Amino acid sequence: MPSKVEGWKDEAYGNEVREHLLEFAEQGWDAIPADEHDAWFERFKWWGLYHQRSGQESYFMMRIGTPNGVIEPGQLEVIGEIAMEYAQGPASNPEFGDAYCDWTTRQSIQLHWIKLEDIPDIFEKLESVGLSTQQACGDSWRNIVGCPVAGKDKHEHVDAWPVAQELHETFKGNDDYANLPRKWKVAITGCDEGCGQGDINDLAFEPAEKHGEVGFNVRVGGGLSRKEARLARDIDVWVPADRAADVAHGMSALFREYGDRDDRFNARIKFLMDEWGPEKMRQVLQDEFVDFELETAGDDMRDEYTYNSGGNEGHDDHVGINEQPDGNYYVGLNVLVGRMGAEDTLELAELADEYGSGEVRLTQRQNVIIMDVPEENLGDLTSEPLLEDYSPNPSPFMRGSIACTGTEYCSLSIVETKNRQVRYARWLTDNVELPADHEDFHIHLSGCTASCAQPQIADVSLRGMKTRKDGEPVEALDIGLGGGLGEDPRFADWVEMRVPADEVPGAIRNLVNNFKRLRAEGETFRDFVEARDEETLADLVEPEETDYHDPYMHNTKMTWYPYAEDDDMQSSPAPTDGNGQPLPSDD
Amino acid sequence: MTTDVHQLDDGAWISVNGSREVNVSDLWRLAQTDFCGCEMADFLAEGFVKVGVDYPNIEARIAGQCIACGEHGVTDWLTVGRVVDPDSGEFYGVVHESVHFPGKHARNGASE
Repeated sequence: MPSKVEGWKDEAYGNEVREHLLEFAEQGWDAIPADEHDAWFERFKWWGLYHQRSGQESYFMMRIGTPNGVIEPGQLEVIGEIAMEYAQGPASNPEFGDAYCDWTTRQSIQLHWIKLEDIPDIFEKLESVGLSTQQACGDSWRNIVGCPVAGKDKHEHVDAWPVAQELHETFKGNDDYANLPRKWKVAITGCDEGCGQGDINDLAFEPAEKHGEVGFNVRVGGGLSRKEARLARDIDVWVPADRAADVAHGMSALFREYGDRDDRFNARIKFLMDEWGPEKMRQVLQDEFVDFELETAGDDMRDEYTYNSGGNEGHDDHVGINEQPDGNYYVGLNVLVGRMGAEDTLELAELADEYGSGEVRLTQRQNVIIMDVPEENLGDLTSEPLLEDYSPNPSPFMRGSIACTGTEYCSLSIVETKNRQVRYARWLTDNVELPADHEDFHIHLSGCTASCAQPQIADVSLRGMKTRKDGEPVEALDIGLGGGLGEDPRFADWVEMRVPADEVPGAIRNLVNNFKRLRAEGETFRDFVEARDEETLADLVEPEETDYHDPYMHNTKMTWYPYAEDDDMQSSPAPTDGNGQPLPSDD
Repeated sequence: MTTDVHQLDDGAWISVNGSREVNVSDLWRLAQTDFCGCEMADFLAEGFVKVGVDYPNIEARIAGQCIACGEHGVTDWLTVGRVVDPDSGEFYGVVHESVHFPGKHARNGASE
């Protein structure tokens, strides 16, 4: 029997939801019938709006999809202005202030504390510069990801940006693909470093050569969520760039028709891949969803992949200054945990305009890149005060930190994440020294098994948990080691479970020191982990308290907002009206 | 009226009559269960897998793990609260720190 969500989607979904959304916004929060909240909030996701967690009713997270992370000249200023004007809630974040933008691991933008009543104005501003929230969440084609410097990279086999654009234009707002069984994540890689992260997407196009032409091999069924991590599997198909959209049509139509609509936990195409295997997947695609003969896979270039490969080579995370093919440079800036204050965002937009073309790009490591900077401008740009906080040459612990949204706003998360990871990164920078040959050291903190921070592909993977300390429940983290991508991607081994959050920095310090002590000459951390069994690795992780202080050990989910002075759930001002004034409670 | 129960947002919470009532991330004490070998499981709720009604009880099967021993899986049916008067639809949650006894219930059907 189709799930309840499928029933709601049958009644209204996709493009038509916009009209209802704008009507509700016009009339105010109370206009949404109380017994229809769940159905409408599910539908609003298609328009990039996610109702925030318990205690924050009437406020939404808004996601803006920027394909391939490309923010065109003039767009960033509008994003910053919207954050400043509309993304301010009833309480302040002690690390990031009142208004900020989150750059996500899927090259999108998230704003919080958005009020329903403000949505029409925000949509108008976004659309005035060609931005949209359409399909940023919900069961459809999500934001397409890829190498963030596609088309402006000296290290690419093929410019994948036009392909990403074509897919974006073809599948955004396309009613035929508006209602899929579940989310549909697509990655396109054209570079030689493999930074499109295709292995963890539902559908991946990766550079491959056939008949002397560079096109794409196709992989299907990757994903990290729910302790069911899968790498995308090779379905033995090669397409030239000009037919990528045809195969994308076919694969997403196959998912639409065969994906499980009865059980949302079993709906992602990775589960269909489990059931069918790549041979049947290819056969069904050929027989039912494309009208031309599929070619077998070409020669891939995966042996050149350096991105997150553990090898500490190449320019793979795009932080730093690198030359473009046109002689200009791109300047990749580290944004710790991907969160940037609204004022800083506006400043970044000005700098991008003053020193570059105005174009900025987002990476899948939650960082930003200023594009098209002439060589003569590099000195002045790197002297700007903003680059002291968002450095092109950060410490490895700052550079490698990724964190999801966490209990600050998310219903699913078990623990606080972003502010904690900021504190971790600072403490590790001050107290731990990596070997000199390890500039890249990835620590990803995800608040739960949904894995939005992609913990399984980090050197040190942290996942939200609980434990008891002195009998009291405290926030804790599972620790995994040795994950990464590259030619032979590998998920982390979970070696130490339920470590109290305040003992995690000490555990990482001890782990790094043990690594330095025991490694063979030149051995990478990833190879070091791969060469040892889980028991041995667990012994090398020695959790301990240090002078690191964690202010979020209590159950942050029980608060209405973890950083509010009075954080008790009963003290929440939500729901509020369009002016942020508390509305009468139903209770 | 019929009590409307479902889980949403990847099992993050249970909605009862259109209101968010039970969330993940709480610790539940589970007794007389074969979920793990502990005499009393100290169970972290990570996701609601199924929900159902066995009047007046609202019940759920919950994915998670015992933080004492590390065993993880899905519980049997567990009462998470009650709707005593279906006409008012008012939900009364149980105290999750109290001792609970998972079993085979949800007679009136389970839903996602």
